[in-house]
Amino acid sequence: MNKLILGRYFPGDSILHQMDARAKLLAGIYFIFVLFIANNWLSYVLLWLFTFFVMRLSGVKFRVYFRGVRPLIWLIIFTVFLQILFTAGGEIYIDWGPITISEFGLINGVYIFSRFVMIIFISTVVTLTTKPIDLTDAINYLLHPLRRLKVPVDEISLMLSISLRFIPNLLDETQKVMDAQRARGTEFGEGSLVQQMKKIVPIFLPLFVSSLNRAEDMANAMEVRGYQSSKPRSSFRRLNWHGRDTIGLLVMVLLTIVLVMLRTEAHVY
Amino acid sequence: MLPPRLQVEQLTFRYDERKQENTLENVSFTVQKGEWLAVVGHNGSGKSTLARLLVGLLTPNEGSVHINGIKLDEDSKWKLRSQIGLIFQNPENQFIGTTVKDDVAFALENMNMAYDEMKVRVEQALEMVGLEDFAEYDPSRLSGGQKQRVAIAGLLALNPSILILDEAMVMLDPKSRKELMETLSNLKTNNHITIISITHDMNEAQAADRILMLSSGQILHDGEPAEVFQKEPTLDVPFAEQLRRELENRGSKVPDGYMTEDEMVRWLCR
Amino acid sequence: MVMQIRLDTVTADYRVGPIRSPKILNAVSTTVKSKSFSAVVGHTGSGKSSLLKLTNGLLLPTSGQVEIGDHIIKSENPKKSVKAARKKVGMVFQFPESQLFAETVEKDIIFGPLNFGMSVEEAKVIAKEVIVQVGLEVSILKKSPFSLSGGQKRRVAIAGILAMNPDILVLDEPGAGLDPKGKKEIMSLIRSWHEEKGLTTIFVTHDMDDVALYADEVIVMEKGSIAFQGTVRDAFRDADRVRNWHLELPEARRFQLKLEKEKAVSLPRVCLTLNELADVLIEVGLA
Repeated sequence: MNKLILGRYFPGDSILHQMDARAKLLAGIYFIFVLFIANNWLSYVLLWLFTFFVMRLSGVKFRVYFRGVRPLIWLIIFTVFLQILFTAGGEIYIDWGPITISEFGLINGVYIFSRFVMIIFISTVVTLTTKPIDLTDAINYLLHPLRRLKVPVDEISLMLSISLRFIPNLLDETQKVMDAQRARGTEFGEGSLVQQMKKIVPIFLPLFVSSLNRAEDMANAMEVRGYQSSKPRSSFRRLNWHGRDTIGLLVMVLLTIVLVMLRTEAHVY
Repeated sequence: MLPPRLQVEQLTFRYDERKQENTLENVSFTVQKGEWLAVVGHNGSGKSTLARLLVGLLTPNEGSVHINGIKLDEDSKWKLRSQIGLIFQNPENQFIGTTVKDDVAFALENMNMAYDEMKVRVEQALEMVGLEDFAEYDPSRLSGGQKQRVAIAGLLALNPSILILDEAMVMLDPKSRKELMETLSNLKTNNHITIISITHDMNEAQAADRILMLSSGQILHDGEPAEVFQKEPTLDVPFAEQLRRELENRGSKVPDGYMTEDEMVRWLCR
Repeated sequence: MVMQIRLDTVTADYRVGPIRSPKILNAVSTTVKSKSFSAVVGHTGSGKSSLLKLTNGLLLPTSGQVEIGDHIIKSENPKKSVKAARKKVGMVFQFPESQLFAETVEKDIIFGPLNFGMSVEEAKVIAKEVIVQVGLEVSILKKSPFSLSGGQKRRVAIAGILAMNPDILVLDEPGAGLDPKGKKEIMSLIRSWHEEKGLTTIFVTHDMDDVALYADEVIVMEKGSIAFQGTVRDAFRDADRVRNWHLELPEARRFQLKLEKEKAVSLPRVCLTLNELADVLIEVGLA
């Protein structure tokens, strides 16, 4: 759990930290689509350079990013392997019936690997440099149009932000209950799978009970402070769009143009 | 003449309709502007139920609650929410925002208030509880007492006339309690806010202008602290009164009635 | 049996999830004597709870060692000694009622004993004993712990610890959140178990009157170190020092000092409780 970097915020004051969450979120999602324009070595090299440049800008050590990829590495390698084994074309190096290792397969493997890792890196950049609550606000803003379709966007985002606010409490409480049961002789991470499953009950149940109590308290506190789910609410939290955010998006457009220009017509490797 | 801040008439409530037993029975009292009322009583006396009835979280079976002359009911309760606020026992569970100022703004957002006005109100409210330097803080970095003060600021932003505290000091350490008591007494003196504190703590009760003691859902005593402490032998009393009773038991010629700490010191120094 | 607790230059870090507070305890050395009753006090964040957690290996020293009787807990390879220490140290957390989980009170109480290898029959016999010791009826054993009142839940949770038959009882604010009467009852029970069972007892509290009424010794924690260790009377002798520790005085002592200042006299003894103060006032002829 502690090793997962994706989705965690690192406080800092880099230019990326200062950017508007909407700009970062949009740029991050856009990047995934841009990846599919690239179809030759040169464009992939450009994308890699871009990725490293953005990572550099975040002010977070590269080591942190590599650690972030580690938990997913097997999934990536597995997918890349499938690509290599089942893509045919070009010079064939090894041929075992339906399974071949070909030139195209290898190249495709490298591309797929690059895409995966770059997507992870870029999304990590977004979450590392954006407070979760700002990200929630950005999602809320970007989902605004859905309100017309009667999607309860505001309720969803309030729910998200309250959940975010309670994560530290829940972690604390889990730790406390685990400690209490340890003091009563439970040893976690030992014994057969069935035994380990049984040990979850003394943790899960108290947490469940306290979460219910907490939810009830919270609902009362919200009602006393005048919260009604159907009523329109104003928002105290502000997202501020600056020149740098527009520039950020322009950079993405520029990247797209260059990639389109670099794109080779046919499927030539 | 202005109506009393809070007027409770013949309030009766039971949680379970099938049972005969009432949690509260025929409770009537009024509270004036700028008054500090402590509600005391043993566990199960109906104190917390009363608090929930006063803010409209529960609906009475009989009787009525008037806030500034307006009757509290399903229609008026959302309007009255800005006039009467409730602070709960656990400071953790009433924190909704991810930062102090976001939390203070929550009730204002619910009123669909414009940003510029919210900004002013949030600043003012934080100033009133002495937390203006903590506006950007994450709640987990605050002490229990500070969290309760943020909760109070969240209500103050609405300009309420009545604040109710439901055992709001139970989870706090002595230092936080002191801070919170100071905040409350400032609000009473400077802003004429009516305070109703539901408590077990006799030092908190002693600080009030008036004590209301509940027992099995009914009002047992209603009067000044000195009066109530003297009448009620089962109530925990402040230290000076404990000392007076102890000395009396040992045959010392202490004065007969309830004594405050200063009175006791003066008597000993005679 | 010697059941003393010894800390030898213990330094410890504390971590919850990704957040790590270094040196929550800094080179702490102390001995808590066998069969003593000590209160641990100190400002919030001074390391009180961490000190308690060291005694049963919930927190491991980064350097130095903890001795529980003849079991030694060190940072390297502590597993066996931790398990042995946990069997001896009964730990009651703050708001222990939040650790209840089983369908019946009985099942919850025997959870600890079973984990430490007791048979179900034996554990059930013990459950009957401890439920009475915490002042509840035997019939409550068949009820669900979630159907009980707050005070009863707390007693059940403590019974679950007593059932493990510990030699050392460690409690983190056992009276927190209870009304004055409930708190008094719990504290008196703890004191009486201490005496009957010959336990070594340590409890954390914010209430200096609890210290004055129930404890023999005090450990004052400040910024991860022990600022004072000694008798309760010595601890509260000097009011300025107490203030510097960010602590309050027991009510009787506070009143005594106020009186002494006002009257410009000094009473012959340091008074910690109502009874002591009443005695002295009558003795010197003030009352």
